[in-house]
Amino acid sequence: MTEEIPKQDGFFFWIKQLWLGVRVPLAAVLLALLIGAIILIASGVNPLEAYAALFKGAFGSERYLLRTLEKATPLIFAGLAVAFGFKAGLFNIGAQGQLIMGALTSAAIGFMITGLPTLIHILLALLGGALVGALYGAIPGTLKTFTGAHEVITTIMLNYIAINITDYLADGPLKDPAPSNIVARTPKIADTAIIPTPQAELTIGLLIVLLVMIAASILFFGVLRNKTFKIKNRTLLFFLRFALVLVTGVGIGLGLRFLTPNFYASPVEFSPYQAIPLPIGFMIAILTSVIVWFILMRTSFGFEIRTVGLNPHAAKYAGIKVRWMVVLAMVISGLLAGLGGAVETQGVIYRFQPGFNVGLGFDGITIALLGRNHPLGVIFAALLVGAMKAGSNVMQFDAGVPSQIIDVIQALMLFFVAADVIVRWVIRAKPKSGEEKIKLTSGWGNQ
Amino acid sequence: MNFITYLRTKKLLLPLSLGLLGLVIVIVSYLNNPQSTQAVLGSTIRQSTPIILGALCGIMCERAGIVNIGIEGQMLLSAFIGFMVNVWTGNLFISVLAGMATGALLGLLLAFVSVTLKLDQIIGGTVINILALGLTGYFYTAGLTTSGKIQPITLGSLAQIPLIGPVLFRNPPITYTAIILVFVLQFVLFKTTWGLRTRAVGEHPRAADTLGINVFSTRYINTILGGAIAGLAGAFLTLEAVGSFERAMTNGRGFVALAVMIFGKWSPIGAWGASLLFGFANAMQTQFQFMGTFNIPHQFIGMLPYLLTIIVLAGFGGRARPPAAEGSPYEKE
Repeated sequence: MTEEIPKQDGFFFWIKQLWLGVRVPLAAVLLALLIGAIILIASGVNPLEAYAALFKGAFGSERYLLRTLEKATPLIFAGLAVAFGFKAGLFNIGAQGQLIMGALTSAAIGFMITGLPTLIHILLALLGGALVGALYGAIPGTLKTFTGAHEVITTIMLNYIAINITDYLADGPLKDPAPSNIVARTPKIADTAIIPTPQAELTIGLLIVLLVMIAASILFFGVLRNKTFKIKNRTLLFFLRFALVLVTGVGIGLGLRFLTPNFYASPVEFSPYQAIPLPIGFMIAILTSVIVWFILMRTSFGFEIRTVGLNPHAAKYAGIKVRWMVVLAMVISGLLAGLGGAVETQGVIYRFQPGFNVGLGFDGITIALLGRNHPLGVIFAALLVGAMKAGSNVMQFDAGVPSQIIDVIQALMLFFVAADVIVRWVIRAKPKSGEEKIKLTSGWGNQ
Repeated sequence: MNFITYLRTKKLLLPLSLGLLGLVIVIVSYLNNPQSTQAVLGSTIRQSTPIILGALCGIMCERAGIVNIGIEGQMLLSAFIGFMVNVWTGNLFISVLAGMATGALLGLLLAFVSVTLKLDQIIGGTVINILALGLTGYFYTAGLTTSGKIQPITLGSLAQIPLIGPVLFRNPPITYTAIILVFVLQFVLFKTTWGLRTRAVGEHPRAADTLGINVFSTRYINTILGGAIAGLAGAFLTLEAVGSFERAMTNGRGFVALAVMIFGKWSPIGAWGASLLFGFANAMQTQFQFMGTFNIPHQFIGMLPYLLTIIVLAGFGGRARPPAAEGSPYEKE
């Protein structure tokens, strides 16, 4: 008898669900690229050539690929920060400010304290960045709760204030005192605070492990849903899946590494033994998104946050402390952004310099919406935007296209993914039933 | 006593006493230092112009029930288009018109997205902001300048009055237009049929619809006209104030305008008062930097307008009552 009920839990059902969730963002990206091509033609460039250069610059060699991951890392954090806010019905445009405050703090902890053991120093600086980001996010949350000041305007104003504060500190008290330094920037952080950079050989192996991990997580999160294993405890199931993903990922990765030694050897100019910045930060970012996903979807706290986002009135009558949740959501959102800034400082830039991480907050909005506010979606959206950012340099060099075209395409992506009505009309797709729609516009005063 | 009670019932006591206090301060400082007082006040008027124009755009949209967070982007793209048209044609008048047309087009986009597609309006506005930032960044080429800025027009003998003359009656045309627009919009919004209809659509679209007012077209027209006003603000920045274009030159003015609109309780004259306050903060900022007497790092003076915005929002945002139907798309039954 069971055959007649459509299977709600099988592997193919899950794949179908995935496709239903992915097709609109995918179509939005394609539409944005199409319109970007029209703009390129209008400015006298062959769009195929430009996009080919963009692709080459993002994935063409292992160094480019690593650069893509490097660019994607802070974007994942920014996207998670914005997505977390969205889930609670808050529009955090202030990820930018929280991120640079976190970056500055981690740089300050990084260069002012010396003599700590490596791991402790790294963690301390990361923690400091996250904490300051959280505090900076607490300001708009508190203001919204207690005075009704809308977070959209306060966070934007706080972005400008953060730029001024960091500018002042990097040009004043925290300025690099080296006589050769003439710009506003902090000294380089101590070696103990730097997130280490293993050899490239290792990198390639880990890289494959990583990619497989992502692919495997998609497969297994669906496959294990199959009732074969009969595990009732969802938390246990989650960790079991995670462990399974990890084991399979490492297994497949190592297998590939040994079976095909030249699997990802770059064709030119870079020896696979060269030291290349290994995106350990990227892995921290992936781990963070898994944690965020777990908190949002598998804990009662996450459930409360989502309820507040979907219907604050219902949440209030259900006994959820809505005002407290608003503050807390902004704090966590700020924490994620601040952590992103810290990871970038300790993993890529090694110091704070004003202007080095500009625009990440706005990118976070695009990424959150493109990733459907889902932590896994955020990873892929961030990889896409990161690839575009990494590739834009090569595109500028090879095809002579100003790298700012990326911003245009990104804005178009945001437009199409937000205006999903247009995209659905183009690809003739009906909305998935039961989709969560969060309303952000609730006037300027108290709700 | 009767007069004070009257003022209190009309809720004019606070603005009036604040205005009187300001007047006294201005007179005292003019007697002490006429030159810099005049400079600061003149700069106040100029700095407040883009903000009040942006706020008027916000009022136009929000009174009809559309939240416009894209004012910043509307200003930026119009500033750029106005500037480019000026570089190509050399005609200031056509450039200003082009700027306004750009703002109106972006207004049309916002109206389409929020009225027809029923999209979340805050996301719609953010799309406009990011789109404007991207487009201007891509098409901008460094080193261009306008062929001349819009010059001040002296209004005859009015400009001879000490202090008031040079401050109020020796301004370029867009500044005059902004001040005139404040009063025109105040009149139109509260004394004409069209204004009544607009407010009805913003407060209770269903009732307005029942009475035969076309909610959709009212919202479209208001958002487009508002966009044109924001376009004027953009044109002011490149063609009247600076004379060239820089990336992201609006610097948050569009968002400050929204705070000004809230502070002014969605009325043009109230917003004008608030924008003068912000203009004054900006003017003092440049004056401080110019004098360099106080030993404050310029970054702290630079955050003044933004801090002021937050304080204003925190102090008045909660008590302000926005148009009731704001932000929600209207569904015809």
